Amino acid sequence: MMSLIRERLAEKGGWLRAAAMCAAPGLLALAFALAAGWLTPGRLTSGTFMRTFRMVDGPHPGFRRNHAKGLCVTGWFEGSGNATPLSRAPLFAMVRSPVVGRFALAGGMPFQDDAPEKVRSLALRIMPAHGGEWRMGINDIPVFPVRNAKDFNDFLLASRPDPQTHHPDPARMGAFLAHHPETQQALALLKARPLTSGFANDTYNSLDSFTFVNTGGTATAVRWAMVPDQPASLPAGQGAGRDYLFHDLIAALAQGPLRWHLIVTVGGAGDATADPTVPWPAGRRQIDAGTLTLDRAESEDGGPCKGITYDPLILPEGIAPSDDPIPAARSAVYARSFTLRSGEPDTTSAIGRAAIRPGEQ
Amino acid sequence: MRPVEHFPLFARILHWLMAAMILTMLFVGIVMVTTVGPAYHQLVDLHRPLGICILALALVRLVNRLLIRVPPLPDTLPPALRTAARLSHIVLYALMIALPLVGWGMLSAGAYPVAMWPGFALPPILPHDPALFALLRHLHTWLALILFGVVLVHLAAALMHGLLLRDDVLPSMTSGPPADARKKQDA
Ligand code: HEM
Ligand code: HEM
Repeated sequence: MMSLIRERLAEKGGWLRAAAMCAAPGLLALAFALAAGWLTPGRLTSGTFMRTFRMVDGPHPGFRRNHAKGLCVTGWFEGSGNATPLSRAPLFAMVRSPVVGRFALAGGMPFQDDAPEKVRSLALRIMPAHGGEWRMGINDIPVFPVRNAKDFNDFLLASRPDPQTHHPDPARMGAFLAHHPETQQALALLKARPLTSGFANDTYNSLDSFTFVNTGGTATAVRWAMVPDQPASLPAGQGAGRDYLFHDLIAALAQGPLRWHLIVTVGGAGDATADPTVPWPAGRRQIDAGTLTLDRAESEDGGPCKGITYDPLILPEGIAPSDDPIPAARSAVYARSFTLRSGEPDTTSAIGRAAIRPGEQ
Repeated sequence: MRPVEHFPLFARILHWLMAAMILTMLFVGIVMVTTVGPAYHQLVDLHRPLGICILALALVRLVNRLLIRVPPLPDTLPPALRTAARLSHIVLYALMIALPLVGWGMLSAGAYPVAMWPGFALPPILPHDPALFALLRHLHTWLALILFGVVLVHLAAALMHGLLLRDDVLPSMTSGPPADARKKQDA
């Protein structure tokens, strides 16, 4: 065969044919390398965020790269039927769906101290009996500080602690804010938010906008909040102990179930859906779509919220993404965080099993 | 000279359809994991059902391949290359089936819904196990890269047959028997 190849190469145009033979796979490989970003290492990917979280919060193998300190909870969601004209998602009907949730503090530090002004979060996995699962991660702030993934990455980097002072470098944050008036406005709203005494009487907001779609196919822009039945009370100072927010929540759940109402806000004409830094005006139509009841706390250690990710694009039919760019970025980044932490050695949560049932390991 | 033996029409259709689908999937996969833009979830939404389609077609194709008479490689091909050709085809079949199964399995192990289209998801094929999810997620990447590598070698080999050796191998997959030969066969 080698002699045949030599013969063919000697023919007129033989080398051209050989070049064509190599060029096709070569070009395909080049196209793949370009598509994969191997030739453009600066591209913003989920990997960029992993490096950023590591730089800002330090390495914490086995833990969520953000909202690292948390506690599992379980309970159920019961639709009121009020949202069915807007969304055909089965869980809005008057049915009960089991819930696995997670309360957490924002930030990638799994052993950070609780404090009144730190951002608190609630993540929910709602699992109706016949499919149509809905996952969400929602925060107790009124708006998100940035408009898109790139700005969030820059914002995180600007907030990273200076190795000497252990505090964010004001010059770096100042430089970011100078170019981002929307972040200045959002941070002002964050600062002005009323704080409550704990997780149980806090309100958690979707921040991102989504689309409800009803049986007729009509789409409606929405945001939502979980609004507590538990009466608000002001934070009583710093609280006792490093984990007081979580311990208070465990104590409250031991007393009895806690309830929230899923209040859906319908966007009006001109309300920003693509920009989670901008609040929607007061007075928009609101619907009480159902009640969330949580009745049990479990440590992340061996608990049901540890081995899943609250990907905000796991949506039932009847809820769809909007033109808000943040949820797609979250979906990609949460998948990466989930993959990495699930492959790392097992960890022990700050809120261990003994915190819930004293005596247990 | 022996007349060119061709793959049957159904085998050729499956071959070229799946070639296009697999190349699309490799590019969709690699682009989606390197973007955090809105394309991410649109591509993932395309990736899952297209991958399951490939799995179904690969099974049909495997059965078909075992049933048909495969055109023999030319006698002039050295034994080492024959073995390489056979092995590469086995690897291609194995990956066409394993890669989508790993995709389906990893989502199962990660407790993700294996969504096909709005309102329909496949059942999990593995129990919820985060460590297994991480393992399969990495395996999915490596198997995809190996598949891409084997596809490139396969393409280069096909072009070597078609452009340099100019034997019967490339035409056996690109074309059917000429019309007069077909008439003769029918007669
Ligand atoms: C581009 C923007 C964002 C990025 C890159 C980001 C990143 C992350 C990451 C890496 C995790 C850990 C995921 C895991 O390992 O399972 C996480 C958790 C979380 N994020 Fe985000 N996030 C973003 C925006 C938001 C927004 C807008 C909200 C609220 C509306 C939010 C709420 C949450 C919550 C509640 C959790 C905790 C989920 C849990 O308890 O497991 N995030 N985020
Ligand atoms: C022949 C079929 C398939 C091919 C060629 C393929 C190819 C790929 C490639 C190249 C990637 C990127 C890997 C990386 O660089 O990390 C990927 C990721 C992925 N694939 Fe597939 N895949 C196939 C089938 C499937 C199936 C059937 C499913 C699920 C039902 C699936 C789900 C996924 C998911 C979820 C990701 C990762 C998304 C993320 O981590 O952000 N794939 N695939």
